[in-house]
Amino acid sequence: MENMLQILPQVLVDGLTLGFMYAVVALGYTMVYGILEFINFSHGEIFMVGAFIGTEVLLIMDALGGLQGLNPFIALLMALVISMIITGMLGVGIERVAYRPLRNSPRLVPLISAIGVSFLLQDVVRFAEALHRDAFYLTGPILFPGKLDIGIAQIPTKALIVIVTAIVLMIVLSFFINKTKWGIAMRAVAQDQSTASLMTINVDKVIMLTFLIGSSLGGATGVLFAQNYGTIDPYIGFILGMKAFTAAVLGGIGNVRGAMVGGVLLGVIESLSGAYLGPLTNGAFGGEYKDVIAFSILILVLLFKPEGLFGEAVKEKV
Amino acid sequence: MGTFRNLMAKEQPIPLLLTLAWIAACSVALWVLKDSVTSFVGLILSVLIIYYTNANKWLRMALGGLVLLVIIPYLAGGNSYYMEVATNIGIYVAMALGLNIVVGFAGLLDLGYVAFFAAGAYAYGIFATAQANEFIPGDLFPLGGEWFWAFLIVGLLVAAVFGILLGLPVLRVKGDYLAIVTLGFGEIVRIIFNNLDKPVNITNGPQGLSSITPPSLIGETFSDAFHFYFIVLVVIFFVVWANLKLEHSKLGRAWIAIREDELAAQSMGISLLNTKLTAFATGASFAGVVGVIFAAKQTFIDPTSFTLMESIGILVMVILGGSGSIPGVILGATFVTLLQVQLLKELSNYLHELSQAGILSLPSQLDPSKLQRLVFGVLLILAALYRPNGLIPSRRKKEDIGAIKSHAHAEQKQGILAKLTGRKNVS
Repeated sequence: MENMLQILPQVLVDGLTLGFMYAVVALGYTMVYGILEFINFSHGEIFMVGAFIGTEVLLIMDALGGLQGLNPFIALLMALVISMIITGMLGVGIERVAYRPLRNSPRLVPLISAIGVSFLLQDVVRFAEALHRDAFYLTGPILFPGKLDIGIAQIPTKALIVIVTAIVLMIVLSFFINKTKWGIAMRAVAQDQSTASLMTINVDKVIMLTFLIGSSLGGATGVLFAQNYGTIDPYIGFILGMKAFTAAVLGGIGNVRGAMVGGVLLGVIESLSGAYLGPLTNGAFGGEYKDVIAFSILILVLLFKPEGLFGEAVKEKV
Repeated sequence: MGTFRNLMAKEQPIPLLLTLAWIAACSVALWVLKDSVTSFVGLILSVLIIYYTNANKWLRMALGGLVLLVIIPYLAGGNSYYMEVATNIGIYVAMALGLNIVVGFAGLLDLGYVAFFAAGAYAYGIFATAQANEFIPGDLFPLGGEWFWAFLIVGLLVAAVFGILLGLPVLRVKGDYLAIVTLGFGEIVRIIFNNLDKPVNITNGPQGLSSITPPSLIGETFSDAFHFYFIVLVVIFFVVWANLKLEHSKLGRAWIAIREDELAAQSMGISLLNTKLTAFATGASFAGVVGVIFAAKQTFIDPTSFTLMESIGILVMVILGGSGSIPGVILGATFVTLLQVQLLKELSNYLHELSQAGILSLPSQLDPSKLQRLVFGVLLILAALYRPNGLIPSRRKKEDIGAIKSHAHAEQKQGILAKLTGRKNVS
C-alpha cells in the first residue's frame, strides 16, 4: 500500500502527459465531427505521419550537424512547424480527394473511405521508411534528456514540454475559434451549413480550414509523442487515435472544451489502471487490461451519457 | 423459388456454349499443365460465368455443382496448395456472407466481426486440445475428432450468444458510433483472449493452442485440405441457402427497413433492438461455425489470427462485392482472397526471382506480400468513390404493383378508411 502511494505522483505525471496528447488529437476529431458529423477515421494516421516527419526533421538536422550548439527549443519548434505544415496540407488533401466527393452520400460511405485512407497512410509511411532507412520503426534524438526533481516525483523535462506545448496549442485554438472572424465562421458552419452559406460564408473553405487546423494539431502531437517515447512505428496512430476519439466522446463530441477535459481524464484513468490494476487484483489482471478499461469507458459513456460530459443532448428529427 | 429466379435476373447473359467452352478450356489446361495458376483461377471464375449464363437455373446449378464437386476436386485435388486456396476462399465466402447480414442487410457497420470468428475457433480449440484440463478436472480432454461435427453447432451457438451479449449494450448506439464501438469490442475480445492465461489458464494466452484434433468420421481422419474443401462446400451451401431464405423473409425485410430508415421502420412497428440483435446473432453464428472449421484446419490458433486486419479484410470483401448482394459478396470474397493468398504471393515470388538474378534490388519491406494494408486501403477508397454499391449491386425484388392492387386483400379497408368509405372490414 505504501509503495502504491509512493508511485502515485509519478503515475499522475505519466497520465497527464498522455492525457494532454489525447486531448490535442481529440480536438481534431471533435472539430471535424462538429462541422461534418463525420468520424475522421484517418486522423490517428495523420498524427503518426506527423510523428515521422518531426523525427525525420530532427534526424536530418542531427546528420547535418545542426543539433550541436542549437538551442533544443528552437530545434523542437522547427520540427513542430514543419510537421504541422505538412500534416495540415495532407489533411486538406485527403479531405479534397477522399471525403468531399462523398459529402452527400449515405453516412457509412465516407467512413469506409476514411478507413481506406488510414490503411493507405500506414503502408505508405512504412514504405517510405523502408526505402529510406531499411526498417519501419524510427528512433529520433531526444532533445530534453533531463529530469526535474520536485521531491515527491521526478518529472522528465520532455513530459513537461509535452504538457506546456499542448496547453499553448489549446489556448491558441480557443482564441482562434472564439475571437477571430474565421473562428466565428467555423462555429456558424457547425451550427447550420446552409444558413451559414447564405450569410456569404464559403462553407468549402471553412471545412478545408477545419481539416487544416485539426490535422496540423494532430501532426504536432505526433512530434511530441515521438519526443516523449523515443521509438515510433507506422502503427502508433491507430490505438492512439481510438483513445483520442474516446476522449472526444467522453467530453462530448463536437465540443472543444469537452475534448480537452476528456483527453486529460482518459490519460489519467489509463495510467492509474496500468499501474494499479495488477497490485489491486493480486496480479490476476495486470496492466495489459488498460486498453480494455479505456474502451469500456467509451462504451459506457455512449450507453449512459451519449452526449458526453459537456455536450448537449440532441433529439433526432425526421 | 421466385426469389431465387429474381436474384438470378440479369441483363446480358453469356451464351451457354461459351460457358461450356470456358470450363472445358480451363479444365484441359489444368489437366495438361499441372501447375498452371491461371487455369486454376479460371476454373474458379467459371462459377461466376455460370451465374451469368443464359440457361435455366437447374442447368446452371448442375453446372456449378459439376465444377465445384467434380472438376475442381478431380483436377486439383492432388495439389494440396490449390485445395488450400480453394478452402480459404470458401472460409472467407462463408464469413463474408455472415457479415453481409449485419452490414449489407441491416446496415450496421461492424468492425469487430472477427471476435465471433475467434469465439468459434476458441470454442473448438480449447476442448479439442488438452487445454480444457486446466480448468475442468478429470483429464477428459482432448476430445476425439468425432466431436468436431457437434462443435459446428456448439460454435454456432457460442458465437450467437456472444453476438447477443455484445449486441445488447452496443446496438443502442447508432451509425458511425456503432463502427467505433464494435471496433473497440473486437480489440477487447482479442486482448482478453491474449491475457486469459491467468488467473485461470483458459486460452493459453499469446502462446495459443496447438495440435488441435482434426475432425474424423467413422474412424477416418480428415486432416488435409482435400477433406476440408468438401466440409467448407457443405457449410457454404447452408450459408447461401440461409442468406437467400432470410433476404426476402419478414425478418430480412425488417433488416432492410432499418438500414434504409430507422425512424420510419420503428414507426411501422419494427422493434429496433430485437431486429438488430437477430442480425448481429445470425451474422455472428456463421462466423462461429467457420471459426470451428478454421481451428480444425489450422490445428493451431493464437490471438494474432484475430486482429482488426481480419475484420477489415472481410469488410472489404462485402463492400467491394456489393453490400447486401449475395452473388456480389461471394465474388468479393473470392477476389480478395485470391488477391491476398495467390496474386500478391506470385508477384512477390516473381520480384524475388528478379532480385536474385540481380536485375533489381528491393528492400524486404517492399515485398508485395506485405502490401495487404495498401491494397485494402486503395480498394476501400476506390469502392467508396466509384462503386459505393459494389461490383454486383444488390437488387430488391420488384413488387408487382398491379398484382397487389387487384389482390382480394387490397379491397379491404380498415380503421378510419373503412368508416369513411362505409365498407365493412372483412377479416
